Amino acid sequence: METIILFAPLVGALLCGFGWKVIGEVAACWIATGFLFLSAALSWIVFLSFDGTTEQIQILRFIESGSLSTDWAIRMDRLTAIMLIVITTVSSLVHLYSFGYMDHDPQWKEGESYKPRFFAYLSFFTFAMLMLVTADNLVQMFFGWEGVGVASYLLIGFYYRKPSANAAAIKAFVVNRVGDFGFALGIFALFFLTDSINFDDVFAAAPELAETQLTFLWGEWNAANLVAFLLFIGAMGKSAQLFLHTWLPDAMEGPTPVSALIHAATMVTAGVFLVCRMSPIMEFAPEAMMFVTVLGATTAFFAATVGLVQTDIKRVIAYSTCSQLGYMFVAAGVGMYSAAMFHLFTHAFFKAMLFLGAGSVIHAMHHEQDMMNYGGLRKKIPYTFWAMMIGTLAITGVGVPVWILTLGEIPIGFAGFQSKDAIVESAFAAGSMYGFWALVIAALFTSFYSWRLMFLTFYGKPRGDKHTHEHAHESPMTMIVPLGVLSLGAIFAGMVWYGSFFGHTDKVATFYGIPYAEASEQGDEAAHGDAAQDDGHGAEAKGDEHHYVFAGQPGEGALYVAPDNTLLDDAHKVPYWVKTSPFAAMLIGFLMAYWFYIVNPELPKRLAENQRPLYLFLKNKWYFDELYDVVFVGPAKWIGRFFWRRGDGDVIDGSLNGVAMGIIPFFTRLAGRAQSGYIFTYAFAMVIGIAVLVTWMTLSGGAN
Amino acid sequence: MTPADLTLILPEILLSVYAMVMLLVAVYTTKDALASTLVWMTAGVMIALGAWIGITGEGTNIAFNGMLIEDGFARFAKVTILLSAAAVLVMSEGYMKQRDLLRFEYPLLVALSAVGMMVMVSAGDLMTLYMGLELQSLALYVVASLRRDSVKSTEAGLKYFVLGALSSGLLLYGASLVYGYAGTTLFSGIIETAQHGDVSLGLLFGLVFLIAGMAFKVSAVPFHMWTPDVYEGAPTPITAFFATAPKVAAMGLFARVLHDAFGNAVSDWSQIVALLSVLSMFLGAIAAIGQTNIKRLMAFSSIAHMGYALMGLAAGTVLGVQAMLIYMAIYVTMNVGTFAFILMMEKDGQPVTDIASLNMYSKQEPGKALAMLVLLFSLAGVPPMLGFFGKFYVLRAAYEAGLAWLAIAGVIASVIGAYYYLRIVFFMYFGDDSQEGLDKGGSTVLWGFLMASAAVMVLGIINMFGVEAAAAAAAATLVN
Repeated sequence: METIILFAPLVGALLCGFGWKVIGEVAACWIATGFLFLSAALSWIVFLSFDGTTEQIQILRFIESGSLSTDWAIRMDRLTAIMLIVITTVSSLVHLYSFGYMDHDPQWKEGESYKPRFFAYLSFFTFAMLMLVTADNLVQMFFGWEGVGVASYLLIGFYYRKPSANAAAIKAFVVNRVGDFGFALGIFALFFLTDSINFDDVFAAAPELAETQLTFLWGEWNAANLVAFLLFIGAMGKSAQLFLHTWLPDAMEGPTPVSALIHAATMVTAGVFLVCRMSPIMEFAPEAMMFVTVLGATTAFFAATVGLVQTDIKRVIAYSTCSQLGYMFVAAGVGMYSAAMFHLFTHAFFKAMLFLGAGSVIHAMHHEQDMMNYGGLRKKIPYTFWAMMIGTLAITGVGVPVWILTLGEIPIGFAGFQSKDAIVESAFAAGSMYGFWALVIAALFTSFYSWRLMFLTFYGKPRGDKHTHEHAHESPMTMIVPLGVLSLGAIFAGMVWYGSFFGHTDKVATFYGIPYAEASEQGDEAAHGDAAQDDGHGAEAKGDEHHYVFAGQPGEGALYVAPDNTLLDDAHKVPYWVKTSPFAAMLIGFLMAYWFYIVNPELPKRLAENQRPLYLFLKNKWYFDELYDVVFVGPAKWIGRFFWRRGDGDVIDGSLNGVAMGIIPFFTRLAGRAQSGYIFTYAFAMVIGIAVLVTWMTLSGGAN
Repeated sequence: MTPADLTLILPEILLSVYAMVMLLVAVYTTKDALASTLVWMTAGVMIALGAWIGITGEGTNIAFNGMLIEDGFARFAKVTILLSAAAVLVMSEGYMKQRDLLRFEYPLLVALSAVGMMVMVSAGDLMTLYMGLELQSLALYVVASLRRDSVKSTEAGLKYFVLGALSSGLLLYGASLVYGYAGTTLFSGIIETAQHGDVSLGLLFGLVFLIAGMAFKVSAVPFHMWTPDVYEGAPTPITAFFATAPKVAAMGLFARVLHDAFGNAVSDWSQIVALLSVLSMFLGAIAAIGQTNIKRLMAFSSIAHMGYALMGLAAGTVLGVQAMLIYMAIYVTMNVGTFAFILMMEKDGQPVTDIASLNMYSKQEPGKALAMLVLLFSLAGVPPMLGFFGKFYVLRAAYEAGLAWLAIAGVIASVIGAYYYLRIVFFMYFGDDSQEGLDKGGSTVLWGFLMASAAVMVLGIINMFGVEAAAAAAAATLVN
C-alpha cells in the first residue's frame, strides 16, 4: 500500500507529462489528479490504521560501494504517516483546484497547451516530496530533497515568458543550494563518523557522537552539535529561515496553486520534518538546538513585521508562512518535536486554504494581486470570503482560553489555536524567554496582518479598476470544493488530534510508537514540585499527575525524546497568563487592525508618513535583498565577470588562439619550406636524422 | 631446403609463379587488352591466398633454418596486405582505364610487390629481410612512375628510387654492423647475443641504422620527405596503394626486427621509436594544415598515422604490438575508403585534387559527403568512430608501458591534426558554393568501397569484426 502511495504520483506525472498528446489534455490532467486522490485515500487509511511501530519496506537495492550500502526503502513510522496525509491531501486538492485556476490563463496564448505540463510538474513534485518523507536513509532523503527543489524551480518558473518568474526560479534554486551544501556536508559528516547513512545506524550512534570531537574548518567541534548544525543549515534553506529566506517571497511568481502546495504546506516544511526526523541526533546537540530556537524565533518575528506592510496578497501570506515556520523551529529547537509536527500538520490545512482562497480572489479579480485595488469583495465572492475567514480565524489562533472552558482535556478552538499555543507554552516551559516573547509578539503581528488582509480585501469600498470589480465573480466548483475540505481541517484538525500530538506523555508516546515508562517517583516528583511552586501554576495538572516519561533508545519510535526531557509535562503546567498570552496578542492584533482599516482608514497612511524610516525598513524587508546584492551577488558577479573576461577570454581563448593562429601556422610554414622538392634536401634530412638518432642512442641508451 | 620448407612459403611461391606466368602470357598475346582481366584475376588470387592463409595457417613454423618465420603475426600482416592490395587493385581499374594508364604490368607488379611484403613480414634473417624489402621496393619504384609521359610521375618515381637507395644503404650498413657484432644474421642468433650481458654499442649502432632504413619505408619523420612528393606525383590509385599495403608490411617488418632480433634491448630502442613517433605525429599534423592538395594532405596524414602506430611499437609490450596491428588494420580500411572518394573526385572527367573543389559537396552528393564525413572523423580520431579506438589502443599501450608523456603528446597532436580533417568537412558542409561543383555519379565499385569503409567505421565499434582478438593472438606470438 505504501508503495502505491509513493509511486502513484510518479505514474501520474509520467502519463500526464509524456502521454497527453496521445490521450488528450483533459484526460491527462484527470489521470494525474485521479492518481493523487488514490494516493490520498490510501494515505488516510495508513494514517488511521497505523499502530506506531516503525517498519521498513524495501523497494530495491540502491547503492553498494565500499562500506556504503543502502537500500531504496520506505521508512514507515508516525512521522512519515503524518507527512503522507499532509502531502497527498493538500496535493490532491490543489490538483483539483488547478482545473479551475489554470483555466484560461492569460499568460498563454490561445490554443497553447500548458495544463498537462503543470499537472505533470505538480505530480512530480508530490512524488519527490513523498520520496523525501518516506526515505530510510539520508541519501534517499537527499534525492527527494533535490527532487522537490527541481520541481519547485520548474513551477516557480512556470510562466517562463515572465522574466521575473525566471529570476525568482533561479533565486530559489541558488539560495537553496546554499542550504543544500550544508545538508550535504552534514550527510558527509555523518557517514564519516558512523560509516553509514541509514537512519537506524545513524540514530544508534547518536549517543557516541555526543562524546566525539571532530575537526572541521578552524576548530574542534562536538560531533553531534556540528552534524545537527549542518543539517539545520539545509533545513534553513528549504524552510526559508532567516538569512536564507529571501527566495520564498519571490517564489510567489509561480501560479497560486503552486504557492499553496509547495511554498506553504509541504516543501517548506521539509526542514521542520528533517529536524524532527533527526531528533535522536538533535537531542544530543544542545548548542545546535539553541541556535535553532533563536533563529526560529527571530524568523517568526522578522517575517511577521515584514508582513505588516506588504500589499501584494500573496506576499503577505508568504511572509506569514515564513513566520509560522519559525514557530515550528522554535518548537523543535526546545525539544518539543511533537508540537512542531502538530503545527506543521494544522498549518498545512489553514495555510493551503489561505493561499487557495487568495488564489480564488485573484482569479475573481482577473489576476490583480495588489490588495490596494481590492475592497468590498465580501458580497461578490461569498464562499471564498467564508473560506478566508475560517483560515484567518485558524491562523490567528482563535479559541477559548483554557481557564474558561475545555472539552474534557482538549481546548476549544481553531486548529492554529491548539498548535500555536502548544508551541508558545513549550517555549516558555523550556525557559527560552527570548523565544517566548518573540513568538507572542509575532502572534500579535500575525493577527494584525491577517485581519488587515481580510479587511482590505473584503470590507470597505471597492478600490482600483472599476471594470474589474464589476466583473468579479465567484470561482467554479473545482475551486470551491477544495476550500471546503480544507476548511474542515482548519477548524477540526487541532481539536481532534490535540491529545495525540500534545496530550499526556503516554498518549503522545503511543502515537509516535515511543516506549515510555512510569516515572521514578522521588526525582521526578521533586523536580516537578519545584517547578510547580516556582511557577505557581494552577490545580489543573496536579489532580491527575501523569507519571510517565519517554524511555526509548535513539531510533526507537518516530521521535526520540531524551528521558530527562520532560518538556511535554512542563508545558502543560505553565502559568495561566502564559497560556492566555497568545490569545491576548491575537485579540490586540485584531482590534488594532479593526481600528486601522475599518474605523479609521486614513490612519495607516498617516502612520507610514510619520514613521517613514521604519515603514521603509519594513516595506523593503529589512533590506535583506539589497544587503545580499552588495555582499554576495555583486562580488560573485564581479568574480564571474573576471573569470569570463580575463580567465576564459584572455587566458584560455587567448592562449588557444595564440597557439592555433600564431605558433602552429608558423611551424606549418616552416614544414612547407623544408619540403623543397630537391632530392639533396631530402637526403640531407635523412642524414641529419640518422646522426641525431645515433647521438641520442650513444648518449642515453648505449651507456648501460 | 626440404619440401616442408617449401610448403610453408607456398602462398609466396604461388603468387610469384602466377605473376611471372601471366607476364609471359600477356607479353606474347594481347598485351594491354588483357589488363582489365588481369587486374580482376590478380585481385582474386590475392583474396584467395589471403583467405587460405587466414583460415588454414596455425602455429609457429620455421623454415629454411630460421630464415623464414611463419607465425600468427606474419599471417595477420599477410592477410591485411593481400586484402588491401586486392582492394586497391579493384579500385584502380576503372580510373586507370579511363586515363589510358592501364598497363598489364601494373597488376603483376603489385602482385610481385605483395610477394616482397609477405617475405618481409615473415623474415627471420637479415638476408630475408633485405630480399623482401628490395623485391617490394623495386616493384614500387616502377609503379610510382607508371605514367611515363608525366613529368610529375617520373619525378616521383626517381625521387623515390634515389632516396630508397639511400635508405637501403643505411639499412645494409646497419645489417653489416649487426652481423659484425653478433656474428650471425639470424634473428634468433642476434637475440641470443644480446642475452649475454649488455647489448654492445656496436650492435645498437647497427640497430639504429636498421631502424632508419625501416623508418624510411613507413615514412616516419625525419625519413618522410619523399612521401608528399611521391603521393602527389604518382597516379591516384598508386598513391592509394602506397598508403596501404606497403605501410602494413613495413610496420610488420619493424615489429619483427625489434622484437625477434632485439627483444632483449627494449629499453634501448623504445626511446628511439618513441622519438620517431612523436616527431611523425607532430609533423604530420602541423604540415598537413598548409596543404591544399588532398593527396599531399593524405601523405602528411599517413605520416601522422605512422607516428601513432610507432607509439604502439615504442611501448615494447604485447599490448603495444596488438595496438599497432589493430591501428594498422583500421588505418588501411580508412584509407581504402578515403582514396575511393579521392578517385571519384572529378570535374569534367578530369581528376581534381584541390580541397577547395569540395565546397558545398554535401548539397550535390549528400550520401557520399556523409560517408566521407564519417571517414574524416574516424581519421581524426573522433569517437565513436573506429579511428578513435585505434588511437585509444595505442595510447593505452604507451601509457601502460610508462610512456605517459608520449601518450599526452599523441593526444595533443591529434587535436592539432583534427583541424585539417575537419576543414574538409567544413568545406563540404559549410563552404561557399560560388564555384562549380564536382561531377556527380562515379564508379559503382568506388562508391561501394567508400560506403563499406564508412560503414565499418561506424559498425566496427561493436566488436571490430574480431580483429581485436586476432591482433591479440598475433601479438602474443611475436612478443614473448
